[in-house]
Amino acid sequence: MSEAVEQAVRVRRAGATRRRLHRLDAVVSPYLYVGSFFVVFCAFGLFPLGYTAWMSLTDRNLLNPTTHFVGLDNYTALIHDSYFWNAVENTLGIWVLSTVPQLVLALVFAHFLNTRLRARTFFRMSVLLPQVTSVVAVALIFTQLFSRDYGLFNWMLGGIGISPVDWEAGRFSSWVAISTMVTWRWTGYNALLYLAAMQAIPDDLYESAAIDGARKWKQFWYITVPMIRPTIIFTVIISTIGGLQLFTEPYLFEPIKQGALGGSARQYQTVAMYLYEKSFGTTQFKFGYAAAIAWSLFLIIVLISLVNFLLVRRIRSAEA
Amino acid sequence: MAAVATPETRARSRRRRRMTLSRRFESAGPLTYLFLLGVAIFSFFPLYWSVVVASHDNSATADYPPVMTPGSQLFHNISRVFNSGEVNISFWTALINSAIVSGAIAFSVVLFSTLAGFAFAKLHFRGNKLLMLVVIGTLIVPVQLGVIPLYIEMKHLGWINHLQAVIAPSLVSAFGVFLMRQYIVAAVPNELIDASRVDGCSTIRVFWHVVLPAVRPAAAVLGLLTFMNAWNDFFWPLIVLSPRNPTVQVAVSALQSGYVQDYSLVFAGTFISILPLIVIFLVLGKQIIGGIMKGAVKG
Repeated sequence: MSEAVEQAVRVRRAGATRRRLHRLDAVVSPYLYVGSFFVVFCAFGLFPLGYTAWMSLTDRNLLNPTTHFVGLDNYTALIHDSYFWNAVENTLGIWVLSTVPQLVLALVFAHFLNTRLRARTFFRMSVLLPQVTSVVAVALIFTQLFSRDYGLFNWMLGGIGISPVDWEAGRFSSWVAISTMVTWRWTGYNALLYLAAMQAIPDDLYESAAIDGARKWKQFWYITVPMIRPTIIFTVIISTIGGLQLFTEPYLFEPIKQGALGGSARQYQTVAMYLYEKSFGTTQFKFGYAAAIAWSLFLIIVLISLVNFLLVRRIRSAEA
Repeated sequence: MAAVATPETRARSRRRRRMTLSRRFESAGPLTYLFLLGVAIFSFFPLYWSVVVASHDNSATADYPPVMTPGSQLFHNISRVFNSGEVNISFWTALINSAIVSGAIAFSVVLFSTLAGFAFAKLHFRGNKLLMLVVIGTLIVPVQLGVIPLYIEMKHLGWINHLQAVIAPSLVSAFGVFLMRQYIVAAVPNELIDASRVDGCSTIRVFWHVVLPAVRPAAAVLGLLTFMNAWNDFFWPLIVLSPRNPTVQVAVSALQSGYVQDYSLVFAGTFISILPLIVIFLVLGKQIIGGIMKGAVKG
């Protein structure tokens, strides 16, 4: 009798322990799983960013043993640094020249892909192929295509009677060359994003528009474009973040690298290249100053993303 | 007049819907094919061109009119890339390094993203929504801008010129967490998780036996995309690695520096560097495209 009671107590106690373990498991596990992400992200993502902010207020230099707090001196110097503003201008120019054609072309590509196609996978893959190609490869190949003496582009221009362009030497022409690289690599990717969004548009919308007698381009403009607006916003923001950090294409476009100057007259030096020049490129190791460049670039990115977001939203509400 | 959905009217409306559907997804006309073919050529040509140059002697780049057909020197030029006498970079080391770096990053991103994605999608805990917002917020923060402190961090750890320096900052990805969360929400039914709970499964066993098998397709796509991105990364490896122990992108870019451009050599190196990606893409392109498009709709 008492033995049976003891056993029952033991069983219940074991059950209680297990239940407690279970509850502990349910409470702790989520934090463990999510935590692994946050620990690594804090160590190698968030901490460096915060540290950059602090460093931008110092005169830290890898070559100097001591570091002093200098307040906003780096930023004041930056505001008066014409090389910095030159880099900002180049970055924005290349960004506009690459983003606008890229997204417009992507819309057109997606529109054509959004039909009943034979060899659908082939066409989709061919559109995405440039994205698979590495940035370095794209930059090297296009640098050769745009070279002054034996480049294919100049040869083609010669075919229609235009004298060869020294793409690398001019400011605008170098922007065009670099933008071409970016556009070539990213258009297809954006087109696939648009295509996916287009396919999710409910049919009834087109149905009723067709009944109302809307022509096809009108359907495209008044139904397709507004309906994929979230994706458009997404791609605009992604290409803003990517485009304003542009480094590899202009860096490799320079025939002889002297620390990422971006051409003999800095005609295509981007902000990311200027950051590189001040920190690692020319072994100046002016980390404090470079950190100020990094944070300024970050602010520019946030600002322009915001402006873009508001702009894209306005255009749409004007249409709808 | 009240519309009663008889089987007959339902069938009719279904037929009508199919008609409009076919009107919308018009079968492509010849112009569409022509246009898309042009796009395809536009996509292929630069790569084709690089192979043409890589398969000729360098002097052929100066030919007028330009040579447009592949020559016979491709393997010769490739062997020059691997010849340490001609190029003072070990290309084999570069390829192996890139494989290690990209493989490690892809594995870790998939693992951490699936774990965190599972927690965000299916587990109840305080701060779930807030932390997810933080993850999404980090998507907008250009982490690249932290390169200088990151460099100092790596110097302290003694990792400069070592592969860890390239791997560590990419071990997790906010995009990956977001993607896996979206996928798990839809792909793993709550009933299945509840049932396994009733059977006494601990959280990790639910993850291992219920979640992991269900997310395999998404995990594969995430792994592939991550691998390709890591393989292509240039800025950060350029900073922390030296040409003596490079990744393949750093090695290829080093081929280009010099006063005389030997493009047949440069493009032979380029060809090798993108070959693995092209092969992956040819074999698994359909899945990769599916993954990108699925992520797009939900994102």
